[in-house]
Amino acid sequence: MKTNLLTAAASLALVAGMASAEEVRVYNWSDYIDEDLLAKFEEDTGIKLIYDVFDSNEVLETKMLAGGSGYDVVVPSGTFLQRQISAGAFQKLDLEQLPNHANMWDVVSKRTEQYDPENAYSINYMWGTTGIGVNVGKVKELLGEDAPIDSWSLVFDPANMEKLAECGVHFLDAPAEMIPAALKFLGEDPDSQDPEVLAKAEGVYMPVRDHIQKFHSSEYINALANGDICVAVGWSGDILQARDRAAEAENGVEIAYHAPKEGAQMWFDQMAIPVDAPNPKAAHVFLNFIMDAQNMAAASNYVYYANGNLASQEFLVEDVIGDTAIYPDAATLDNLFTTRPYPSKVQRVVTRLWTKIKSGT
Amino acid sequence: MRRFTLIAVPYVWLLVLFLVPFIIVFKISLSDTALAIPPYTPTLDFSSGWEGIRNFFAGLDFENFKFLTTDDLYWKAYLSSLQIAAISTVLSLLVGYPIAYGMAQAPDEWRPTLMMLIILPFWTSFLIRVYSWMGILSNEGFLNQFLLWTGIISEPLLILNTNTAVYIGIVYTYLPFMILPIYAALEKLDISLLEAAEDLGCSRLTAFWLITIPLSKQGIIAGCFLVFIPALGEFVIPSLLGGSQTLMIGKVLFEEFFSNRDWPVASAVAVILLLILIIPIVLFQRNEQKQREAEG
Repeated sequence: MKTNLLTAAASLALVAGMASAEEVRVYNWSDYIDEDLLAKFEEDTGIKLIYDVFDSNEVLETKMLAGGSGYDVVVPSGTFLQRQISAGAFQKLDLEQLPNHANMWDVVSKRTEQYDPENAYSINYMWGTTGIGVNVGKVKELLGEDAPIDSWSLVFDPANMEKLAECGVHFLDAPAEMIPAALKFLGEDPDSQDPEVLAKAEGVYMPVRDHIQKFHSSEYINALANGDICVAVGWSGDILQARDRAAEAENGVEIAYHAPKEGAQMWFDQMAIPVDAPNPKAAHVFLNFIMDAQNMAAASNYVYYANGNLASQEFLVEDVIGDTAIYPDAATLDNLFTTRPYPSKVQRVVTRLWTKIKSGT
Repeated sequence: MRRFTLIAVPYVWLLVLFLVPFIIVFKISLSDTALAIPPYTPTLDFSSGWEGIRNFFAGLDFENFKFLTTDDLYWKAYLSSLQIAAISTVLSLLVGYPIAYGMAQAPDEWRPTLMMLIILPFWTSFLIRVYSWMGILSNEGFLNQFLLWTGIISEPLLILNTNTAVYIGIVYTYLPFMILPIYAALEKLDISLLEAAEDLGCSRLTAFWLITIPLSKQGIIAGCFLVFIPALGEFVIPSLLGGSQTLMIGKVLFEEFFSNRDWPVASAVAVILLLILIIPIVLFQRNEQKQREAEG
């Protein structure tokens, strides 16, 4: 019995030893990569890849601040990244190990510098906008041919929402994006951190909240594609994925995405290495693999999000690089805004506001 | 010595599985938030000796508990959770008692099969079972499609993302916890008592009320506790099946912990939740003991 235990312990130790040498654990957003790329990574590098997904920055942040998450690569959005950097959650990148870093696109890296000065801790994976996805047929049936599908008034005007409630409306469960959207609709500064200005968002949501079927940040892809709902406030690429799933299913559902004309939020998802990553070397190998022009293009071609990789652009299909919903033209780009992270006192105000909006209490 | 071991085992059990985790949570509830890993301060620092320990205790206060009284969200969420848990418990009892009664009445050779049928769903992951309810209850789901097909309804019923779906989810999930203890009590029931009651002119219904119910009381109470306690702090079911208007303390706790990154307030919410549960249980136990002493 004793020998059995010893053998078991020894083999466990062996497994543990192997694990730290040949494993990389990646924690990324759901529906955010071409799964063939994951297999390709294992084939190219011989490193075993363990790939987990999440659908909320808040969940990722809690894991990062608790420490010991066990992940080697994580993908927070810009504002969250900035806060986690100041909490000391990440390690600086070693550019020597990242020869593909030269492929990055300065247009994007300049913007991400506001969250990660000199891009010392992170690389851009993808970026996009937060806007409105509609089931064109159903919305026009309910609101008429001239339905404002490219405006925040579609979802913030109670008259529209009253009618749309019949076919189902989902909102993102992401206060850091939904509150700025409401402020933009009001013509206020979407990046405001003044509690009095933030409180005005409540006035936008209260008349429409009863018509919102659900606040959720990932269910809307399938719900939109299946025709369960007809409007979703969501992330650009997710809605375009819904559009494709509907087209593949040939179920007669036609989905369109618009970054609202009043202005939409632009966000950046950044890959970073936690300070306590078990295998930072393999993490760098993974980042370098992702920054390869063809790999990055394959990812974007699959998930319909723009990336921060200039060299990848020649490998992008026309459907992606030519779509202004993904790679906006100069005029749309001007209309996009970014936000800063909320300090913890303001964060509490925002969360409380969001709970009130969601539950009515 | 043996007697000591006998007493020590349950106490060690309680200490390791209840008291130590509780003290950790209680300690965090007295701290303040910080932008660091872990996201609260002060943390216990033994390296600087007595000085560190003294600083640690000086940094603790009851501010977070005071904060909970300043916002009506918290007591509303506690009340709403109590209501949802209480209604679910009553519903489980109404559904579970007849099932347990039927099982206890069934011929001996059937009982293992019936027991198996109750336990079998447990072999599937809890999450998958709750997810399947989403498939059953949604507008395009089995239930609505079936009702539309039979012509009972002309518009799909809106069940998913409402409190009704939460009740269905909780009752479905916790039903076995209600059935099993009641079944255990009913199975031991001495049938001759019922025969005697009927011989003495009692109707079957009165006999059931005067004999079966009181004798299965322990099972009913155990079942109700087993359903009520986890339902009160339930998070998964309301977040998957409930709508945005479903207010439960489990969801509030999640928000404090994940959205606000405020571990101290989240811990304070958890401590109060525990007190809400423990006080009635202790009072109940004491009452039981008194009754037993009075009878004995």
